[in-house]
Amino acid sequence: MPTRHPAPRHFDAPRYRDFYRTMWRIRLFEEAAIRAVADKLVLGAIHPSIGQEAVAVGVCGNLAREDALLSTHRGHGHTLAKGADSLAMMRELFGREGGTCHGKGGSMHIADFGVGMLGANGVVGANIVIAVGAAHAIRLKRENRIVCCLFGDGAINRGPFLEGLNWAGVWQLPVLFVCEDNGFAASTRTRAMTAGEGPAARARAFGIAAEEVDGNDAVLVDQTAQRLIGEVRGGGGPRFLVARTYRLSGHTGVDPAAYRPKEEVEAKWRDDPIARLGAALISAGLAQDELEADRRAAYAEMERAYATARETPWPPQRRAFEDVQDAGDPRVAAF
Amino acid sequence: MTTRITYADAAKRAIAEEMRADPTVWAVGEDLGRGGVFGQYKGLPEEFGPERIADAPISEACIMGAAVGAAMMGTRPIVEMRFSDFALCAIDELVNQAAKARFMFGGQAKVPLVVREPIGMWRSSAAQHSQSLESWYAHIPGLVVVCPATPADNYGLMKTAIRNDDPVVYMEHKNLWGLEGDLDDPPAPIPFGRARVARTGTDATIVAWSACVHAALDAATELAQEGRQVEVIDLRCLWPWDRDTVLTSARKTGRVLIAHEAVRVGGFGAEIAAVVAEEAHGALKAPVRRLGSPRAPIAYAPPLEDLLRVTPAHIARAVRGLFA
Repeated sequence: MPTRHPAPRHFDAPRYRDFYRTMWRIRLFEEAAIRAVADKLVLGAIHPSIGQEAVAVGVCGNLAREDALLSTHRGHGHTLAKGADSLAMMRELFGREGGTCHGKGGSMHIADFGVGMLGANGVVGANIVIAVGAAHAIRLKRENRIVCCLFGDGAINRGPFLEGLNWAGVWQLPVLFVCEDNGFAASTRTRAMTAGEGPAARARAFGIAAEEVDGNDAVLVDQTAQRLIGEVRGGGGPRFLVARTYRLSGHTGVDPAAYRPKEEVEAKWRDDPIARLGAALISAGLAQDELEADRRAAYAEMERAYATARETPWPPQRRAFEDVQDAGDPRVAAF
Repeated sequence: MTTRITYADAAKRAIAEEMRADPTVWAVGEDLGRGGVFGQYKGLPEEFGPERIADAPISEACIMGAAVGAAMMGTRPIVEMRFSDFALCAIDELVNQAAKARFMFGGQAKVPLVVREPIGMWRSSAAQHSQSLESWYAHIPGLVVVCPATPADNYGLMKTAIRNDDPVVYMEHKNLWGLEGDLDDPPAPIPFGRARVARTGTDATIVAWSACVHAALDAATELAQEGRQVEVIDLRCLWPWDRDTVLTSARKTGRVLIAHEAVRVGGFGAEIAAVVAEEAHGALKAPVRRLGSPRAPIAYAPPLEDLLRVTPAHIARAVRGLFA
């Protein structure tokens, strides 16, 4: 169980009500997507982040639109929190025209460059080296924005994690690394497969200041991310945040996660980050009805997205050969 | 007007000109601070400084991956891999990321990279510093594959590679760095996908690229003494490749040999042979032939290493076989 932290002194109720709305939007987007998998409307794999919504809102809530975000295969929450449109995302999952990527990427390759979301990634850890390169370009172009790179605890055992952290440290690049530690690398408990003290210790070994927080506490994630991002923006070089959380759903939309004891999952449901933030908002004076209205609004938005995506046509066939590359004809004498 | 220039300096001149013209062009890789492991960046660190001719840690995956991120953010990186063999440490970043980002993201991003991957055998560099792996990349949608054979081409194709918005796998042959040749003054970029007829002939066609072009020209000289007029086509690019020039020559001569330094099995010669057979079958006077290295790792000891080389003698013998 993550430990509860004392209530922060400055509780910005309007800000956290926004977070609360976004967390429900993420939760209900993913529940709709899981239903669409069962309904055979989403045909590819999806990787829900149910239970991890506090990390998405707490981190992305501190990014500007022009800041770049690199995400993972489990990236719906990050993408919504960065400002992407839920209908365009749902269409992408359904593989339809009007999806963020014209239905050519699906869940694992969602990107929305218009809101600075430079891509989910189907390869664990691959986004880390891309993120440091994005930060490198910011440095070369003397721009003021920063890069945020989210990845899971499984990624810290990949080579690009080590290469990327070293790179960011060498050039003191403006990047915030966020290890969203849900304890599992797909179906394997990460701790059993990780030598040493884990992600924060590895970051510190590269001279990168690292903080570890209860990632189910949206307020704590927010306040810590705010401070670290301020340091990155101020030219302090890279920072590293470990947000400990738990994936309440399976690894994919169809994974029953039988590798976890039922009691463990039930206990984690009692630490649901949405309920926790809801309780904090009630303590701050909001009415239960107001919170329920937020949930209902999110539900209506995602039901509309589901229904509209289902009625949206497939991409035209020409899309299969668009944006392959400028040089050469991809169709040359194939059939 | 022409000037004399080496293969290495021709590419360097192209890079310097593009860097002067476009502040978003930069180069990154190991050993760049000292001018590159082969001296192919000599003088550039002094002119452009350490930010734009950037040294890097021995982190091929990060060099390539960072270049992908930097390209998506509006810069045009030249990625130095030192040896094509080492680029295998960055294969995910090139094949899964660089080559696919534009398509997967529905055209929201382009990834303008030039990935310099020196290829080929020179002397006693053994199995991990001698390979020619160009056919692997020709198989990957999204990538351009360039294998220049001459100084003029190494200038003109490098210019095009830097200006092109696709990720370009740019494979220079290590044995050609010092090769001198003429460069037009002023020189012009060379478009992708346009082969060069290095020698005209009527009796047979040899298709080659990179260092093998020179072996093919030597073979053609030898065959001319026997009364065989052999056309030599320098393909220049494996993707996109110039089917028209190859097929026109095949229809004219009726005899086609493809010669490459890479392992014959699964080499790009197989693709060319198949297309010639499919498209020009009726014009062929002999079956299409391919030459390439045996399917063995490249040995260190010179007498063993030499058993893996495609030589002018091999090529001449194979062409004679087309008339048997």
